[in-house]
Amino acid sequence: MLALDILLPALLNGIATGAVYALVALGLTLIYGVLHIVNFAHGSLLMLALYGVYFLYTLAGIDPYLALPIIVPAMFALGYALQRTIIATASHGREENVLLVTLGLSIIIDNLALYFWSGDTRTINPSYAFETVDLGVAFIAVPKAVSFAGALLITALLWLLMERADLGKAIRALAFERRGAELVGIDVQHTFAMSFGLGIACVGAAAALLLPSYYAHPGVGESFVVIAFTIVVLGGMGSFLGALLGGLIIGVTESLGGLFLGENLGRIGIFAIFIAILLFRPTGLFGQRA
Amino acid sequence: MKTPAAAVIGVLAALAALPLALKSDFLSHFVIMALYFALLGQAWNLLGGYGGQRSFGHAAFFGTGAYAAAIFQLDLGINPWICLVLAGVAGALAGALVGALSFRYGLRGSYFALVTLAFAEVFRIVADSVPFTGAGVGLQIPLKQSAANFQFADKLGFYWVILALTALATAAAWWLENSCFGADLVAIRENEDAARALGIAVERTKLGAITLSAALSGLAGSFYLQYFLYLDPRLAYGVEISVAALLVPLIGGVGTVFGPLVGAFALRLLNEVSGTLTGGAPGLNLVLYGALLILILAFLPDGLVSLFPRLARALRPRRPRHA
Repeated sequence: MLALDILLPALLNGIATGAVYALVALGLTLIYGVLHIVNFAHGSLLMLALYGVYFLYTLAGIDPYLALPIIVPAMFALGYALQRTIIATASHGREENVLLVTLGLSIIIDNLALYFWSGDTRTINPSYAFETVDLGVAFIAVPKAVSFAGALLITALLWLLMERADLGKAIRALAFERRGAELVGIDVQHTFAMSFGLGIACVGAAAALLLPSYYAHPGVGESFVVIAFTIVVLGGMGSFLGALLGGLIIGVTESLGGLFLGENLGRIGIFAIFIAILLFRPTGLFGQRA
Repeated sequence: MKTPAAAVIGVLAALAALPLALKSDFLSHFVIMALYFALLGQAWNLLGGYGGQRSFGHAAFFGTGAYAAAIFQLDLGINPWICLVLAGVAGALAGALVGALSFRYGLRGSYFALVTLAFAEVFRIVADSVPFTGAGVGLQIPLKQSAANFQFADKLGFYWVILALTALATAAAWWLENSCFGADLVAIRENEDAARALGIAVERTKLGAITLSAALSGLAGSFYLQYFLYLDPRLAYGVEISVAALLVPLIGGVGTVFGPLVGAFALRLLNEVSGTLTGGAPGLNLVLYGALLILILAFLPDGLVSLFPRLARALRPRRPRHA
């Protein structure tokens, strides 16, 4: 039997990582729920944000956590602009084309990153990188603990925005009934782009929380896009609660899978879950029929 | 719109006459690669263009064919020509597996695209981890040039093989336009629920289409292996193959007989030009793929072949009004 003092930290690490995964997936599910767009460039934009945080740290000396107020609005603006210009124009509003357009975007972003920043794995070493906190049952690295708390906090803020703010109400109205929303005076194209911007802002926040315990690499997007999709499909496309829970499940699966099967085969666990859910319960845990 | 059989035969005959003009290895290589891309694209087109089931993971079938061909000849000593057939069978089996699972559970649109992508990735990770694929090191086919060994000293040999395979795929597309099976498939693309209500066996038709498409992808995989004599998990199951497979018909014209041929030549031409301009920096040709994908969707959603009728009309001499 595996000792508890190996299993428990793995479990906790999985939960902490899962919370950040959930944040990434939240952005994806928000975009899907409103625009019915499957944003294939989600992982690539996360990769871009990771490099953004990395360069803010190495070139300007800004701590990743303090970079949050910079990277989040920047990614929001990028998301807004992408939707308004490229995605809306090139897809002619057809869902099957959106997937192809965002696939094109992801290929461009990934390979430009590879060209300009090379295939080196880049990490940062802030002073707290190797400090740990004692949770009573096990130790966990400080960056992991911070990212867990931060991801939950941002999720709560986003939920509040969707429930209380006018923008959130407009977004929900649009997701629910497009024609009706138009009739009561909601600017459809603007609100679409705002939702996309919000979804990408989540990615920016996730990047700032991830980088201290993670790395920047041009291939990050490719692996993350599948993780994010798995979470969203597991939780149910468009479901907030589903994304949160799905993120935690995937985080733990990855951590335990890596422990038992090694890193390479451990990743198959995620794909296996992805395929199994798509096949047997495509509505996910909390989703409506797609 | 049906494509006349004479047009198909004419285009293939013109391609068969092409070796007369292929005086340099560079030109031969260019045409071989263009036809190889056309095969890959036509395979995707049969399922994605005529059937409307747009896969993001055709590398799953291509790579399975390529690995089957490599493993059968390296480990079992089977003749590479038989391996070519086996590669088609292996591709078809992979396609049937993916199709049976995803169509049985009614996956459509984005969900289908994502599940095919996931399968390709699973296959890649498996190929990267198990010993009989050579894992990350890859598999090398020993050089033994002879026609009986499917290794030609002269590029012209490869040209005839890839021409035959591409002709086969083109004929399959023509057959789809002229058969009940193809009509069923197009009906499913246009409106799956209506097709079902009309009594079309939706799952079985889609399964047939993905098996055919995957078999041709497997053949493309075997050709790739014999031409380059090397295979690793990234080459076999990488995103690049899946993207090329869908990009070729999108550029040329989705759901048309000649779209993949036109798209493949256009894409290879662009590849050569951009390769010369950028000095072949890694990744930049994929940036071009991505940009092309977006541009074609934005400005020419019916592909290059949609320009031909317009072009013909513009070139035709105007009849005088009072003739």
